[in-house]
Amino acid sequence: MKYTKEDILKWLEVVKDPEIPVISLVDLGVITNIDIGPDDKVLVDMTPTFVGCPAIDYMKKEVEEVLAAKSVKFDVRVSFKSHWNSNRITEKGRTALKKFRLTPPARYQVFPDLDILKHATCPNCDSQDTEMKSPFGPTLCRSLHYCNNCRQAFEQFKPV
Amino acid sequence: MKGNQSQSALKKLLYNIADDLLILGHRNSEWTGIGPLLEEDIAFSSMAQDKIGQSLAIYELLHQLGEPHPDTVAFMRNANQFHNCQLVELPIGEYQFSLVRHFLFDHSLLLRFQGLTDSSYEPLAQVSQKLVGELRYHVMHADSFIRQLGTANEDSIGRMQTALDIAVPYALGIFEKSPEEEQIISEGIFTGEQNLYDAWCREISKTTSLTSLKLPELNPEQAITGGRQGKHTKHLQLLLDEMAEVFKLEPGAEW
Repeated sequence: MKYTKEDILKWLEVVKDPEIPVISLVDLGVITNIDIGPDDKVLVDMTPTFVGCPAIDYMKKEVEEVLAAKSVKFDVRVSFKSHWNSNRITEKGRTALKKFRLTPPARYQVFPDLDILKHATCPNCDSQDTEMKSPFGPTLCRSLHYCNNCRQAFEQFKPV
Repeated sequence: MKGNQSQSALKKLLYNIADDLLILGHRNSEWTGIGPLLEEDIAFSSMAQDKIGQSLAIYELLHQLGEPHPDTVAFMRNANQFHNCQLVELPIGEYQFSLVRHFLFDHSLLLRFQGLTDSSYEPLAQVSQKLVGELRYHVMHADSFIRQLGTANEDSIGRMQTALDIAVPYALGIFEKSPEEEQIISEGIFTGEQNLYDAWCREISKTTSLTSLKLPELNPEQAITGGRQGKHTKHLQLLLDEMAEVFKLEPGAEW
């Protein structure tokens, strides 16, 4: 075998979320599985963050381009078999989101308690004295908040 | 679950769900650019995007069961071939009407998908798990506005009450049973409309009880039904004509 799953994950790190260009698809957790077939064919499974996410086709194309550039045979599939949730975002991804001034989604057990949304930690001053303005923001995966401490509007990557 | 008969029952349920999502998604999108507040413009546009994406996921399941391509199903049918309840096809009206419809419908939708996470049809159970997480935000949005406008002042309470009185008989039509209902239940595809209706009554009352709004009597005999059998108001065909206008110019076009 010429390459391993780890190699492929490393290659795919260059593919970023088109709306949040600081986080890779790997750290976002939308790459759900990688298999290497007996003929060295690379099988990549992906799943969208939100079912209606219009960026998934674009992301799939970018993944295919990276694999094509490495001259490997591949098949990239989008499915809901293993579906995305915000706990799939890696620590590295969370740090990148915060640096981008986007509050990372709180980790949760079983399912997210929506009360955590109402007191999202401000990515600018770390205050929890914040309020949610709307569960819907500029993209499907973000909500709008306001910080009473530093008096800045901010956004959170929604826990789902 | 493999027999032809149960497959037709399954398809019927999937069409009911997907058509509701597509049509309400389209109606929500009509608020894009004209929402009463910027945040609400964004919220209705986001919910439109979510719902149309969700309808696609269900039409894909139907496609895997041998039904035509999702684009064909969405754009090429006439009103009498749609299985959505009449509630979702009504024009957006004034903001309070769209809000009340969103509240009444989305509670039923969240409960429906929560129930379907246990469906015997595994692909549907998988998609449902995914959708439940998204729909919680829709319900949260609806509840927060019902609470605010249902307690704010005489004007807002009056407007919301009028909208509620008009919308409730249509909302009761969400739970219209199809002839396949018994089979859907016995095959374990879904726990059925009656269970869903009971849970829905409890959920919506919980929210309205925190406001000055009076929930009209929930009498199933007053339900406005027919949508699940293809009987619709005149508004649906007009919506479909508009929605499919571009598609029908060149049905095979590559976009």
